Amino acid sequence: MEQQHLYNYILGIADNNLILGQRLGELCGHGPNLETDIALTNIALDLFGQVRSYYQYAAQILGEGATEDDVAFLRKEREYRNVLLVEQPNTHFGYVIGRQFLFDVFHYLFIEQLQHSNDETLSAIAKKAIKEVSYHKRFSGDWIKRLGDGTKESQAKMQEAIDALWPYTQELFEMNAFEKEALENQVGVNLPELKEAYDEQVGQVLQEATLKIPENPYFHKGGKEGIHTEHMGYLLSDLQYMQRTYPNMNW
Amino acid sequence: MSEKEIKNLEEIFEARIARDEKIEPKDWMPEKYRQTHIRQISQHAHSEIVGMLPEGNWITRAPSLRRKAALLAKVQDEAGHGLYLYAACETLGISREELYEQLHSGKAKYSSIFNYPTVTWADIGAIGWLVDGAAIINQVPLCNTSFGPYARAMVRVCKEESFHQRQGYEIMLTLCKGTPEQKAMAQDALNRWWWPSLMMFGPTDAESTHTEQSMKWKLKRKTNDELRQQFIDQTVPQAEILGITVPDPDLKWNEETGHYDFGEIDWEEFWQVVKGHGPCNKERMKARVGAWEEGEWVRDAAMAHAKKQQEKKVAKAS
Repeated sequence: MEQQHLYNYILGIADNNLILGQRLGELCGHGPNLETDIALTNIALDLFGQVRSYYQYAAQILGEGATEDDVAFLRKEREYRNVLLVEQPNTHFGYVIGRQFLFDVFHYLFIEQLQHSNDETLSAIAKKAIKEVSYHKRFSGDWIKRLGDGTKESQAKMQEAIDALWPYTQELFEMNAFEKEALENQVGVNLPELKEAYDEQVGQVLQEATLKIPENPYFHKGGKEGIHTEHMGYLLSDLQYMQRTYPNMNW
Repeated sequence: MSEKEIKNLEEIFEARIARDEKIEPKDWMPEKYRQTHIRQISQHAHSEIVGMLPEGNWITRAPSLRRKAALLAKVQDEAGHGLYLYAACETLGISREELYEQLHSGKAKYSSIFNYPTVTWADIGAIGWLVDGAAIINQVPLCNTSFGPYARAMVRVCKEESFHQRQGYEIMLTLCKGTPEQKAMAQDALNRWWWPSLMMFGPTDAESTHTEQSMKWKLKRKTNDELRQQFIDQTVPQAEILGITVPDPDLKWNEETGHYDFGEIDWEEFWQVVKGHGPCNKERMKARVGAWEEGEWVRDAAMAHAKKQQEKKVAKAS
């Protein structure tokens, strides 16, 4: 597979981690109790750990002394390839958990397949990440059940979050040109094939949580092509603040 | 119990402490010992979780992925310290909710240093280097304090704090070896954090109210002034290695005493911040109270869910 295309394929995976980790980072110190604060920070740390491996690989492909930080911090908004789901804001804890869960179930299925990539680096990253992602999925799934099948108030709040986030789930399974090429070269994962298992697993947890699967047939997409929601620019302003204000320095 | 019996118990108790035996939660203890420990341990726990806020302020803006992950991990460690200090405090017969209530109402104090703002990235380095450095000097003696759960918690806390301190110093070192702009950022952070760090050791011995009793119970082994001097003696050479200047024109090595002489601390500022009028007191409390109130429905849901699960289990079994 052409190196520049592989680079773009890697960003499509890794940017999800970066942006979701950044969102979780906003919460650190502000959680509903210390235990969830610690657990969500753990997840953020896992995501950043994985993202560093991906970006180190991406930087190697770029060559010319590029670093993981160049890849992470110095792109324009239109060059970030994360799905819209992960950039959604921390409106309330229901959204945090909903976003996490809807991503984690996908992430697990994805990583499971990526282990079989014939790109050795990607396969190795996936093998290392699978245990972590499995824990994320269990954590967020358990919280979906607690909030869904908790109090009346929590059920309403959790349902509200699921309804609001659901339109962003379809994008996870749509393949852009780089993803198609990666699949053809047995580097990448067949995303539409993950959909059935995803629907089943998500449906099962939502049902157990006494929550309804939204019937809204309208979905949003664009993140994979770098067309983001209005939230993204602000997120990047924070993320890139130091690198943009003080260019070309070591930290 | 008669007065004589209590007096007898107190004597046995004090003798145990004098022999360096640990007091455990189930042991008899004088009420004053219990209250003093609740006050000090909870104050310490509160300091950990309020301390998450100024540093948390830079997680989203950390300048590199490595620094971002390290900062997240550090702030998470502080949450962990808070957690086991609260747990140690709970063994004395007070609930976490009550402790939070005391923090939120302003009845309980936390370390005043966290009422200063973190305005540049260098502040993250300065906090690690100076604030954690001062905390370690305050806390290492507590690893041998008389109350078992506190002493054991402190062993773990100190290990992690010492790691944080090295990390903070390394941030400073990187800045000082960097561009002139970075070095200026480091100097500016030292200028702002130096005096508040010295204040972390509390009022001068002449003004300190708890020292004598605390010494007896091994909650304190050295006085505020002794610890402050130790911090200064240790930190000034570290600033010299960094090549930045401690903002105290009176700072001077004293051959005779073998210590640094230093200038007058602005105690008016100290008391202003302690009394709730520092630059960020209101913001810190607003953040803590806000997180607690916004989290109420989440905690309620978790309780309700656990109860439902328990009922299902019982129904299944019968």
